[in-house]
Amino acid sequence: MKKQLTIFLTILLFAAAPFAGASARVQIDITQGNVEPMPIAVPEFITADGASPEIGRDITGVVMADLDRSGLFSVIDQRAYIENLVNVNTRPKFDDWRLINAQVLVVGQVNQLTDGRIEVAMRVWDVYSDEQLGAVSFKTPADNWRRAAHKVADFVYKALTGEDGYFDTRVVFVHETGPKQNRVKRLMIMDQDGANPAPLTDGLNYQVLTPRFSPTQQQITYMAFYEDRPGQVFLFNIETGEQEQLGTFRGMTFAPRFSPDGTQVLMSMERAGNSDIFKMDLATRRLTRLTDQPAIDVSPSMSPDGRRISFTSDRGGTQQIYVMNSDGSDQKRITFGEGRYQTPVWSPRGDLIAFTRSYQGRFYIGVVRPDGSGERLLTESYLDDGPTWAPNGRVLMFYRETSPGAGPSLWSVDLTGRNLRRVRTPGDASDPAWSPLLP
Amino acid sequence: MTGNLVIKLAGAAGALLLMSACATSNGPDVSADTGSSNAGQQAQGVVPGSQEDLEQNAGHRVFFAYDQYTLTAQAQSTLGRQAAWLKEYPETKILVAGNCDERGTREYNLALGARRAEAARAYLVSLGVDGSRITTVSYGKERPLDPRSTEEAWSLNRNATTTITGAGA
Repeated sequence: MKKQLTIFLTILLFAAAPFAGASARVQIDITQGNVEPMPIAVPEFITADGASPEIGRDITGVVMADLDRSGLFSVIDQRAYIENLVNVNTRPKFDDWRLINAQVLVVGQVNQLTDGRIEVAMRVWDVYSDEQLGAVSFKTPADNWRRAAHKVADFVYKALTGEDGYFDTRVVFVHETGPKQNRVKRLMIMDQDGANPAPLTDGLNYQVLTPRFSPTQQQITYMAFYEDRPGQVFLFNIETGEQEQLGTFRGMTFAPRFSPDGTQVLMSMERAGNSDIFKMDLATRRLTRLTDQPAIDVSPSMSPDGRRISFTSDRGGTQQIYVMNSDGSDQKRITFGEGRYQTPVWSPRGDLIAFTRSYQGRFYIGVVRPDGSGERLLTESYLDDGPTWAPNGRVLMFYRETSPGAGPSLWSVDLTGRNLRRVRTPGDASDPAWSPLLP
Repeated sequence: MTGNLVIKLAGAAGALLLMSACATSNGPDVSADTGSSNAGQQAQGVVPGSQEDLEQNAGHRVFFAYDQYTLTAQAQSTLGRQAAWLKEYPETKILVAGNCDERGTREYNLALGARRAEAARAYLVSLGVDGSRITTVSYGKERPLDPRSTEEAWSLNRNATTTITGAGA
C-alpha cells in the first residue's frame, strides 16, 4: 500500500538540446474550447544496459494511454513509424516523422542501473521545427515503472501546454458491492488510470461516502455511517492507515471538504433536522459556524485563494449554488437556471466552479464562473454526480449511473465536454476524489 | 475510538436481547389480553409493544412527495396512531430514520433525509410524545427499501421509518 513515492526528477540531467532557437514552437492551447488532438509519435522506449524490452514496452504503453486519454493528443499507430531509433541521444530523422504527419515525437530509453534501479530518459521533439522541446530523466526502482511512465506523460503534457499534467496522481473512490438495500461501501484507492486498485477500509461494519483528498497531504476526509448512528466526518491518513473521527456530534456531520491549504475541513452539520455550513480548524479542532439559515446549506467548497466558499442551498425554494466570503459574510446566489444546481466544486485554478444540475429527470455535470456567468454543461445522463477536479483544473472525474438500475461507474471529461471517457474500476464505483500531483 | 463504538453497540444489542427474552417469558398471558381487547385483529403471537406490534397496529413508516419533507394528511394520521401507541408503551424508545429516493445528489439527500426524520419527530412531540424517547438519523438515499428504479419504488423510498430501539414496562 505505502509505495515508495520518491522518484528522483532530474530535469535536463543529460545534455539539453543544442537545437533550440528555431521559430514558432508547437504548442497546445488548452484554454480554447475546441482542441484538435495533436498527432504525436511515441515509439517503443529503447532498452539498454540489460533493461528488459518488456519494461520498455510497458512504460511506452502507459505513456501512450495517458496522452490519448487526455484528448489533447492523437497517438499515431506504431506500425506506421519509419525510423527505427536506437539511441535517445541521437538526433531523429525528422523527414521520416513528418512523412507520417507526426507533429511531436517522444523518444525514450530505459537503462538498467547497477544498483538495481532503472533510469528512464526521454526527449520531446517538435517534428516541424526540428527543435527539442525538452529532455528529462528519472531514476527509480524497477517496480515503480508505472509512476515513471506517468511522470514522462506529465513532462510531455507540460512541454506542449505549458501547464502541469495530472497523470502521476491517484483517485480515491467508494467501491460498492451487494444489493441496493444493504450495500457495502468501502474506500478504495487506485492510480488515475485505474491501475493498482487497493482497498483502504473493509466496509464491514460501516458505510463510507464522499471521500475528498487533501490538496497538500496524502490524507482524505469522508463521511461514514456506523450501524444506525448519524453519519460523521472522519480523517484518514493514507500513509499510516490511521483513522480518526473529526469530533463527536449529536447531529450528522457530512459533505466534508478540505480548505486548499489543508488546515481546515469545511462540512455541513445537522442540528434538529436543519443543515448549516461550518468550518473546523484541524490543529485546534475549533468549529466555526458559517451559515445560519432555516434552509438546507450543504456541499461547501473553498476557492483556491481561500477567500470564498461555494455551497448548495435551497433557501430560495429549490437547490441553487451560492458563494460567500470564507467568514460566512456576503452570501450570494450565482445560479438561476431551470432545475436544481448542487455539489459545487471550486476548480484548483480558481476560474470555474463545477456542479451537478438536475432538470426534468436528467442529470448534468457543468461548469460556471464564480460570478455566475458562462455556464456550460459538459455531460448528461440518467444520473451524474460527485464531480472532482484533476489537480491542474483541466479535467473532471465524476460518477454516473447510465440508466435506471445500472450500477455506478467512474467517468472523466475535459472542459470541452467532448473527451468523455469511462475510468476503469474493479466493479461498481462512485464518489471519486482526485489527489494532488504526487511528490 | 472504533473499539469503543463497537463495544457500545454490542452492549445495546445485548440489552435488546434481554428485553425480548423477558417479553417472551411473559408472552402467553399478555398476548391473550391483547387478543381480547383488539378483537378482529390477526395479531396472534404479536408481542405487545414490539416492533411487529407497532407495524401492525399503528404503522411505522410515513411517505413524502419528491424533494419534500412536509407531512401529508396520511402521514399525520399514521404518526397520530404512532403517538397513541407510544403512550401505551411509555418506556419504549424509538429511532426515526429519514430516507430519500435515488433521484437526487448524495449530499443533498443526506440533508433532506434529516429533514424528513425531524418532521416526523417534531409531529410526534407535538402530540405529547416525550422528545427524549426519540432519536433521529438520516440515511439519505443510501438504504432504499425498494431496490428498483421505478416511480413506485421511489415513492416507497421517500420515507421516515420508526424502529424500536429500547423497550420497557
